[in-house]
Amino acid sequence: MTAMAQPNGRRPKRLSAGRIGLYAFLVISALFFLTPLYVMLVTSLKPMSEIRTGNILALPAAPSLAAWNSAWSSACTGLQCNGIRVGFLNSIRILVPSVMASIMVGAVTGYALSFWRPRGAQLLFATLMVMAFIPYQVFIYPLVRMFSQAGIANSLLGIVVVHTIFGLPTMTLLFRNHFVALPIELFKAARVDGAGFWRIFIQIMLPMAVPIIVVAIILQVTGIWNDFILGLVFAGRENLPMTVQLNNIVNTTQGERTYNVDMAATLLTALVPLAVYFLSGRWFVRGIAAGAVKG
Amino acid sequence: MAKRRLIGSRVSAQVALAPALLIALVIYCGSTLWTLWISLTTSRMLPNSVFVGLRQYEVLASNDRWLASIVNLAVFGVLFMVAALTVGFLLAALIDFRVRAESLFRSVFLYPFSMSFIVTGLAWRWMLDPTLGFEKLLHDVGFADAHFNWLVRPDRVIYTLVIAAVWHASGLVMAIMLAGLRGVDREIWNAARVDGLPVWRILVFIVIPMLRGSFATAFVLLATSVVRLYDLSVAMTNGGPGIASEVPAKFVMDYLFERGNLALATAAATTMLITVIAVVAPWYHWQGRKTHVGAAH
Amino acid sequence: MSTVSLRGVEIAFGTFKVLDWLDLEIAQSEFLVLLGPSGCGKSTLLAAIAGLLEIDQGEIWIGGRNVTWEEPKDRGIAMVFQSYALYPRMSVRRNLSFGLQVAGMKRDEIDRRVTKAATMLQIGELLDRKPAELSGGQRQRVAIGRALVRDASVFLFDEPLSNLDAQLRAELRTEIKRLHGSLGATMIFVTHDQIEALTLADRIAVMKDRRIQQLGTPQEIYLKPANRFVATFVGSPAMSFVSGRIGEHGNFEASGWQLPLADYAFAAPPVRGATVDLGIRPEHVVLAPSDPHALPARVELVEPMGSDLLAWTRIGEAAISIRLPAETQVVAGDTLPLLFPPHRLNLFDAQGQRL
Repeated sequence: MTAMAQPNGRRPKRLSAGRIGLYAFLVISALFFLTPLYVMLVTSLKPMSEIRTGNILALPAAPSLAAWNSAWSSACTGLQCNGIRVGFLNSIRILVPSVMASIMVGAVTGYALSFWRPRGAQLLFATLMVMAFIPYQVFIYPLVRMFSQAGIANSLLGIVVVHTIFGLPTMTLLFRNHFVALPIELFKAARVDGAGFWRIFIQIMLPMAVPIIVVAIILQVTGIWNDFILGLVFAGRENLPMTVQLNNIVNTTQGERTYNVDMAATLLTALVPLAVYFLSGRWFVRGIAAGAVKG
Repeated sequence: MAKRRLIGSRVSAQVALAPALLIALVIYCGSTLWTLWISLTTSRMLPNSVFVGLRQYEVLASNDRWLASIVNLAVFGVLFMVAALTVGFLLAALIDFRVRAESLFRSVFLYPFSMSFIVTGLAWRWMLDPTLGFEKLLHDVGFADAHFNWLVRPDRVIYTLVIAAVWHASGLVMAIMLAGLRGVDREIWNAARVDGLPVWRILVFIVIPMLRGSFATAFVLLATSVVRLYDLSVAMTNGGPGIASEVPAKFVMDYLFERGNLALATAAATTMLITVIAVVAPWYHWQGRKTHVGAAH
Repeated sequence: MSTVSLRGVEIAFGTFKVLDWLDLEIAQSEFLVLLGPSGCGKSTLLAAIAGLLEIDQGEIWIGGRNVTWEEPKDRGIAMVFQSYALYPRMSVRRNLSFGLQVAGMKRDEIDRRVTKAATMLQIGELLDRKPAELSGGQRQRVAIGRALVRDASVFLFDEPLSNLDAQLRAELRTEIKRLHGSLGATMIFVTHDQIEALTLADRIAVMKDRRIQQLGTPQEIYLKPANRFVATFVGSPAMSFVSGRIGEHGNFEASGWQLPLADYAFAAPPVRGATVDLGIRPEHVVLAPSDPHALPARVELVEPMGSDLLAWTRIGEAAISIRLPAETQVVAGDTLPLLFPPHRLNLFDAQGQRL
């Protein structure tokens, strides 16, 4: 990731004792932060015999992708032995429409709240902001009932709607903050030019919101991919997302635990957010800063 | 003639806000009230309307599992927040001293935050495995008597959750703090150094007070994640051993979907709600005053 | 080319009134300037005329039509903004033609209008650039061009020159005046800059505290300000004031002051003994070395301005600034004999209203 701004603080002098200590602390911390990733990786490349006898930090004697293969295509969740592949595909099927729907609703809401401010807009915004903090447990039961009344319980549509609902506060905040920072005269000029609500949104505001859309995509992709509880409750048995499948695989193992397969499956599940994180670089940090209220 | 009427496009604005309005009213407010109402009844498997006032809250107050989960959450919350804030701030402050490979360090400290609690929990559960994890490592290198079996010790298991959660969230604190530190005017550092103040004094007495906004934001984010703590506990310990790592969110889910006691579950959920509001309301008020949106344009 | 009339217009944000019962008639092809300090409601008034803001009371008529509840696009207006408000992702050409496309105009008519406006404003070679590639002056020309293509009968300018440096400002000021001459459109121009107001306006409406303080030609505003606010706000360096009262014989009296007011055009006969403020502009004070009635003024500071010279003097308690020819020989400490011609004086009562 590139720098957020000019570094503050003191210009480094020659390597003083203080700076050696500083680097030592940072390096040790970095090792602490990297250890779990390293351990997961080496474990997933070892056979079980080596895991039982060897050292958890040791490199694999003969790295093998067998555990990855089995995690992907033959690990068991309960009676099904189709690997985490199923969860991966489910997660993708949940992710794509959920990301699109939540961003669309959030962008339109943020735009309407920032430029148009109809009656009650402030109240609506305040409600959304408060709701961003409330634990899901407060909403879950009534939502389950409402969804089964509406016939979308335990369905792909249901989980997409749920992600749109719970993504709304963050997405609205993100887009509202972006639009509020634009010069209001731009909006007025477009009004004098005769453009209406949707035309201003699509032809003038959306082209200016590309960076914030990228941030929104990053936030939503990682957020929805990492979700566990909503997928568990709303997706239904057929559509369980990868996180839920992963937990099932690890927790329903009969007999001896296959740690190598578990870790391979865990890494597979972490792959998408990790890729988003390392590819997006400073955008990820921007997302954190912009959506400081995380849903 | 001219009675006030909506200018054309205003109607579109209201149509566009309809989904958000619907979600806010029906889903958010409606569900909250519904949950509140169920918590005042005797509902078990199915909801009923037998009003019993606050009796479920009394039951809750004498439920061992609930009490344990509250104590667990309190211990977890305090340790986790203190540790994450300290580690996060320390990392940010050190990185801010113009270190080499700054962006590498930042990436390393922040990457855990991009992963899910399930992944975090499973990774740490494996490392802390009492037979094959770090304990074995300690034995292998010669500490035959060393014990690192916290994961199966009821009196220690909650600390394992703290370790995993700190690992997960410190990078977030670091990112927030770093943004705050970069917002501190260089001139202040220069002025303080001209005055001959040592670096640690500048940090403690000048910079930290200026970062109170960043601390508040980090505090609120961490605090709300504490109340929501669920996935991590499910993946790492599933509440065990026994009820040694039960947490309120898991309590609610278990009583909703497995133990079939809606009223008790919703009473617990309502208690969580009140806790969150108590944390968020002061912060929100403070933020609202700071970034007040002008009434008109 | 239309008249604009505002009838009893009131605007409030919540309980806070921004405009209070405002009546204003603007003639066809008139250039009206709304002048006032920030927060006086002048931009709010302009937004209301444009239809960007709903009014709470009253009616707005443009070209003999009640447009109070019309959309901005249907009011026959065009508007130029302080921050230019060019659409950043569109080329200059798209910026100019956007409104016409929205209106569903034919391609060749759009091209004709864009070309004509671009020629008038000499921005022909900029048509395919993006706003970010233009200088401030060019951006404001494009913004004016976007207003021109609309062929509106009323042009609204919201402090269009405030973001420009002094030289460009003067240049575009003459350009706008020239456009007004050639288009013959009604123009309403908001500014806080008195030079812009005095040079451009047929009439100026000086605004403060939600209402129009004075409406008149630049000359009336400058020479016969209706109250102390207008007197102070317009004119640089500012008018000098002396606090005193109307004496027994109808003279103005203050410590060190005794001025006959027989030739002053009172709006109403003055009350003997009333407290009054006397105001006079620096260039209206006359240096009269041999006049026995001249008041002696002690010079405290001299500021050469190039074209002329400003002397800060004191008569009794009162500070009086005077404008003198550049070649006048005067230094701090001198005493100057000054005359105050009665028809150049401004008298204000205790409430600040002109007497």
